[in-house]
Amino acid sequence: MSAIPARSVSTVKPGRAERRARNRNLFSGLLWSSPWLIGSAVFVFAPMLMSLYYSFTDYPLLEPPLWRGTGNYTDLLSDPTFRRVVWNTTIYAGVSIPLYTLVALLLAAALAGGGRITALFRAAIFIPTLVPLIASAMVWMWLFNGEYGLINKLLALLHIRGPAWVVDEHWVPVSMVLMCLWSVGQGVVIYIAAMQDVPRQLYEAALIDGMNAPRRFLHVTLPMISPAILFNVISLTISAVQIFAVPYVIFRRPDGQNPAGHYYSMYLYENAFIYGKMGYASAMAWMQLLVVLALTGVLLLVGRKLVHYSRL
Amino acid sequence: MSDRPSNSSSRNALLLALKHLALIAIAIAFLAPLVWMLSTSLKPEVQAASGELRLLPDPPSSTLSHAAANYSSVWNDRTIRFPLYLRNTLIVAGLGVIGMTLSSAIVAYGLSRIQWRGRGFVFLLILATMMIPFPVLMVPLYIIFRDLGWNNSLKPLWVPAWFGSAFNIFLLRQFFMTIPTQLDEAARLDGCSHWTIFWRIILPLSKPALAVVALFHFIYVWNDFVGPLIFLTDRDQFTLALGLQLYQSQAGNTPWNLLMAASTIMISPLVILFMLTQRTFVQSVATEGIK
Repeated sequence: MSAIPARSVSTVKPGRAERRARNRNLFSGLLWSSPWLIGSAVFVFAPMLMSLYYSFTDYPLLEPPLWRGTGNYTDLLSDPTFRRVVWNTTIYAGVSIPLYTLVALLLAAALAGGGRITALFRAAIFIPTLVPLIASAMVWMWLFNGEYGLINKLLALLHIRGPAWVVDEHWVPVSMVLMCLWSVGQGVVIYIAAMQDVPRQLYEAALIDGMNAPRRFLHVTLPMISPAILFNVISLTISAVQIFAVPYVIFRRPDGQNPAGHYYSMYLYENAFIYGKMGYASAMAWMQLLVVLALTGVLLLVGRKLVHYSRL
Repeated sequence: MSDRPSNSSSRNALLLALKHLALIAIAIAFLAPLVWMLSTSLKPEVQAASGELRLLPDPPSSTLSHAAANYSSVWNDRTIRFPLYLRNTLIVAGLGVIGMTLSSAIVAYGLSRIQWRGRGFVFLLILATMMIPFPVLMVPLYIIFRDLGWNNSLKPLWVPAWFGSAFNIFLLRQFFMTIPTQLDEAARLDGCSHWTIFWRIILPLSKPALAVVALFHFIYVWNDFVGPLIFLTDRDQFTLALGLQLYQSQAGNTPWNLLMAASTIMISPLVILFMLTQRTFVQSVATEGIK
């Protein structure tokens, strides 16, 4: 009897101390992380579960939610406004993201070098990204004004009759893309930083191989900065799907929203806070969440094939 | 290149000149909206509304008096109360920035300076929440804040900041990882607690990163439109972003000169902040793209 505790003391003692230290670390780790753990439980995860539940109910806000199964989801699929906002949002994301990325890459390539003048150009392109969304909506609403706006006044100098940018259904998507490109500076700055991290030897080797500038860009720069491009495209996608403030203000008419300037998150908001259909809005919310997760997943998968992660 | 110098170098010079011309045109196009905003804000209502292509009002000597009239009428408006909205925005920004910076730093410390089981999982979870679009949380958050009695107060806009945010935790964690661990090991041998190490060693070494988080959150609050739109109904509680759109929703003709003056007021603090912190600013935006 006396031999067993003696042996176990000799072997367990360091183990126990180690385990105690590990437990203490686990406790401190959880304690230090607790602000986020508590905050995300209350403000992210609980709301997500609540919204999942509401999405299967009829919930007119002032009365308790009433279970109705998948009714909200089937109603959505046959709701013409829902189809319209999905279409508008898809077109916006599908056109603006590739265009934004292309323009950002070209500008970054032109501005990646040093120098005082380049720094001025960079500042000029970056400053518009500082403008709060709502202020930029106001400014563009004035620029786009069909009769008195700056853009159509300038076009008139060239004897071109400009369209009613924010009213005409055909031009609404175009003006959305133009406004999106105005904030391209953020992408430019990200890509310039990525380009400056590309090792010089690679360019020297490409020069020795006789590559000209466009081919160096295509075969050296682009692969080397592809992780930054992937990351940026993912965040652009997530924000394009949520587009709200600018179209909400610009395409508002006395009789409601211009149908061409009506986007997914706006319709979700209207269902919840104007029509008081919390259940219906929650079904939209969960569909949006699933689409964002799916798009991110697809982009990461495509990225795994196309993106070059160097180990230098 | 040396074998055909004159031809090729003159062609290069031409290309460079073309590139600079194109860049100048692009820079003008990017700045024109803001220049036009400022210009419109300096004109009397009729001249502004005509959209006439001139930068200063006619006669140009009247610029200052028109500017003073426009800006003071925005500032002193009885129905759209700018000073009040500014005060509300500064309350949300001030309380939010303190809470966001402190709590994000605390969580980032737990994720970078303490070894514990589950740390990697929590970090992944934090990264994953960056993907969740805000509209997904709109309805339940409204209901939670309603039940807490917080709707139509500024609390829903700043209290959540005291629990950190995924992106800022990520940013600070990456920064803390670059601080050598020998520093805290030595401090621990001296009997320092985590709190002392955090407060005396990590935070003082991380001032630039903390400034970036504070700056980002300030801009976020200044910008936020959807949050105030949902949680605030009483005009006395409005923030600047919400107040600005009141101009447009007014019936009748939009007073473009006043709207542009109000927009200028809203934009200028950010542009000034940018001028003052340009270097940190651009670098911190750039780090967003680098994982």
